[in-house]
Amino acid sequence: MGIDRAAVDYVARLARLALDDDERDRMRAELDAILDHAGRIRALDLDGVEPTLHPLPLLNAGRPDEVAPSLSQAEALCNAPAAEDGRFRVPRIIEDA
Amino acid sequence: MKPELHWRPATELATGLDAGDLTSVELTEALIRRCDDVEPRIAAFLQRTDELSLESAAAADGRRARGEALTPWDGIPVAYKDIFVTRDVATTAGSRILEGWVPPYDATVVERCSAAGLPMFGKTNLDQFAMGSSTEHSGFHPSRNPWDPARVPGGSSGGSAAVVAAGGVPWAWGTDTGGSVRQPAALCGIVGVKPTYGVVSRYGMVAFASSLDQAGPLTRTVEDAAVLLSTAAGHDPRDSTSVPDGPPNLLEGLGEGIAGKRIGVVKEFGGEGSQPGVRARIDAAYGRLERLGAALEEVSLPSFKHAIPAYYLIAPAEASSNLARYDGVRYGPRHAAPDIVAMNSKTRADLFGAEVKRRIMIGTYALSAGYYDAYYGKAQRVRTLIVEDLKRAYERVDLIVCPTSPTTAFKLGERTEDPLSMYLSDIYTVPVNLAGVPAMSVPCGTSPDDGLPVGLQIIAPVLGERSMFRAAYAFEQDLGWTGSDEGRPSL
Repeated sequence: MGIDRAAVDYVARLARLALDDDERDRMRAELDAILDHAGRIRALDLDGVEPTLHPLPLLNAGRPDEVAPSLSQAEALCNAPAAEDGRFRVPRIIEDA
Repeated sequence: MKPELHWRPATELATGLDAGDLTSVELTEALIRRCDDVEPRIAAFLQRTDELSLESAAAADGRRARGEALTPWDGIPVAYKDIFVTRDVATTAGSRILEGWVPPYDATVVERCSAAGLPMFGKTNLDQFAMGSSTEHSGFHPSRNPWDPARVPGGSSGGSAAVVAAGGVPWAWGTDTGGSVRQPAALCGIVGVKPTYGVVSRYGMVAFASSLDQAGPLTRTVEDAAVLLSTAAGHDPRDSTSVPDGPPNLLEGLGEGIAGKRIGVVKEFGGEGSQPGVRARIDAAYGRLERLGAALEEVSLPSFKHAIPAYYLIAPAEASSNLARYDGVRYGPRHAAPDIVAMNSKTRADLFGAEVKRRIMIGTYALSAGYYDAYYGKAQRVRTLIVEDLKRAYERVDLIVCPTSPTTAFKLGERTEDPLSMYLSDIYTVPVNLAGVPAMSVPCGTSPDDGLPVGLQIIAPVLGERSMFRAAYAFEQDLGWTGSDEGRPSL
């Protein structure tokens, strides 16, 4: 099963990457080669093998629920490309009614 | 005759500082001069913080004069891969998408090293977001190998490896997700350690693949690596995946030797997989371990052949999720577009590098509806096979050895056109991250074919850092290459 251009378009949209035409063509070929190699493991029979989600068997890592210093609003906003009234400013999200 | 100041390991510098033969300001000035000299040829740094390091050095000298030195290493400068966030010092992760970002906090590694008195010397170059094996995927410039500036220093922690190998700083921090500390250490002829997952806190390390990422030291000597790792290791309440234990005491018993230790040689990694010159050095290293009293035996790790496919599904999948936060809203530059999705998509497409976009695409694909079980789910099960193979092997042996990299340093441009060929260079290092076990690369001289450094990888069981360091130390001391004239690049 190869990666076609429609799959590239779909994944680029999911990944929020506005790739140009050349990039999409190159990406199609590269993804095809990489997934062909990586996809070799699809043929392995691994029924009954549990997935490893995490390398160490640490369970229920908890800590006391204590209030500790954290970033101020000004610090949190200081690197924003646009901020206003203590908030991040972004382009329009909601259409006019 | 003692080597010049900039070539001395941190442990020796500490003795000099303690005896009053040397001040931290003198040391820092000597390192600044050395870096001024070599930096045009190796381009190891994204940013030097000379003013800051001299200020910190003066403060360290003041403490020492008052008998209040924080640690024996107080005043010995350290460089950080520019993926550790540093309060008030710009941090880019090697990518244009974080250009201009000035973090309002320190990574735990940085905080602990600062608390030990180590002045920050600067931020080193890397493949952006630690994705790459050469620094050629840096968003700013490639770094170069001090042994031959036409070649890569390895990656992704290539800047840290290059500056340590060139005598620019005694020690530096890197991060290792699939070999990014060990491979550049091998290619530059220095020591590089990937601790057990969770030994060093990931707090303040810009995330690439969270279940694989681990910080590690790059140094010229095994002893320095033990000191630097111990300085930052230990539980951190801000990283719930950090191990509950305190820092291991790696210096204690470091010189105990390896007599009677059982060491496994990986059956599947023998033969044609490596360059002949690498094989020659590695075979000689195995012989040396035997002469030091270790018993070598072959171990079979059949699942390791699936490690690269599994890694190049798991790491991109986790990366695609972690890198979703770079959306042009909270930090970094923003590229204008009429609505928010277009703005997110344009900012990301314009400012992420090609390799980062490639991995985000692979990861997004592998996690997308209908493919999750076939790719990501399968890869997680392969990971279990690797863990189980290692468990079986460690019933018979104490440590496992193999080459760190199948080749010596390659030329700039040699592998950038074929991403898959770059990925395959991680064949000996990625299984270690998938299993979460510790491993380190220790120099074993230069290849007879090209005169470039070769690294021996020592792999230990989970939390087996102490026996790993003892083996590395015994090997280093017996070889005698480190610290000798031939162990230094003549740049």
